[in-house]
Amino acid sequence: MLHPVPTLKETPSQTAGPYVHIGMTPNFCGITGAIDADLGKTMIHGDVEGERINVAVRVFDGAGVPLFDGVVEIWQADAKGNFVGPTTPGSNAAPAFTGWGRQPLSEAGAATFETIKPGRVPGPDGKLMAPHIALWIVARGINIGLQTRLYFADEAEANATDFVLNKIMDKRRRDTLIAQREGSTYTLDVHLQGEKETVFFDM
Amino acid sequence: MSGIILPGADGMLFQRDRDWHPPADTPGYKSTTFRAPRHSLLSLGPTKSEMTGPTFGHEKLGPLDNDLIRNFSQDGTDAIGQRMVVYGQVLDENARPVPNTLVEYWQANAGGRYRHKKEGYLAALDPNFGGFGRSITDANGFYHFRTIKPGAYPWPNTGNDWRPAHIHFSVFGHAFAQRLITQMYFEGDPMIWQCPIVSTIPDKAAIDQLIARLDRLNTTPMDALCYRFDIVLRGRRSTMFENKLEGN
Repeated sequence: MLHPVPTLKETPSQTAGPYVHIGMTPNFCGITGAIDADLGKTMIHGDVEGERINVAVRVFDGAGVPLFDGVVEIWQADAKGNFVGPTTPGSNAAPAFTGWGRQPLSEAGAATFETIKPGRVPGPDGKLMAPHIALWIVARGINIGLQTRLYFADEAEANATDFVLNKIMDKRRRDTLIAQREGSTYTLDVHLQGEKETVFFDM
Repeated sequence: MSGIILPGADGMLFQRDRDWHPPADTPGYKSTTFRAPRHSLLSLGPTKSEMTGPTFGHEKLGPLDNDLIRNFSQDGTDAIGQRMVVYGQVLDENARPVPNTLVEYWQANAGGRYRHKKEGYLAALDPNFGGFGRSITDANGFYHFRTIKPGAYPWPNTGNDWRPAHIHFSVFGHAFAQRLITQMYFEGDPMIWQCPIVSTIPDKAAIDQLIARLDRLNTTPMDALCYRFDIVLRGRRSTMFENKLEGN
């Protein structure tokens, strides 16, 4: 049977511009009093199963300049590999673990998320994917939000069989998605351009 | 939970039409030069990680969150500028309403100045205007907010570029792969067609989708003009199971 053809075109993207922090992290840029806390700042609201980790994302442009005016959002599963389901308007409390974080990039082009290490999620082939976090980056000079993923260096075995990592034909570029661990912090350097350009997705 | 999104809820998202969106590298908008990836994007069907996404039903929005005329007022008076209501429907590519999704918006004040420490335009700050607001769409996908019309402003790109009056929008949808940021322009504004950022979009019909229409019937007499701006997010294919069930 034929699939129906979409009847509308997706609204075209435009850059988030240099003042994206006004709209997405107003308290961070001094617009205080309008909302209590910037959305996505806190991902853990109570007792949550799983290993507590920090995820540091540093973003650089093609000239090596830190992306000081952007925003990074992340979306991930909980420790058991489940995603937080849809919530009903206005009724229930915030989930203990939201799975979603949003942070402004600092002057040094860095954003740090306090989260938990995600569990494994089944891929389209039915096999478990390696633990990962979905990333979305917007800023001035980025015409459409950049999608990529963060994987964990200490999951080498799982990474080796991951559905998405294995789709990257140039094996050297798989490393651009793998965050290195130091203590409880995983750090991923994202390069928008240049020799170390990160693999970005059209998903 | 919501019957409205159920048809096709399990189907894959339609592939993004990258020709409808601006390409990454657009020399006329200079900031893209070092920020545009040079490699092709890796095309993959979205997995569960991108087919799910955050929802904000638990977020208690404040009563002034969708009122930019008052939500930053320091002394209880209104922001300066031409008063207007902006509303619209969030739909997917199958023309299905997207209910219960977060829409955020931000803009310059009536003089074209942003409340931001890096803003360098001479126009005055309005002490009672912050320039930020948000809504959650209703059961039929509608949002609305009250604001003042933002001014056009100059920006450093080539020697004398001006942004047309615009409002920035951020929309979530129900899948992380639907995440979208865009800008809304105003019907009849000649500045739209001179803007290097607007011109990053290759197709004029796509640009037209970003132009809000004056809704004369919904103006508030002696108070506010009204503009309508509908937003379309990526839609989902039907699944085979649904084909049997729904006959589509």
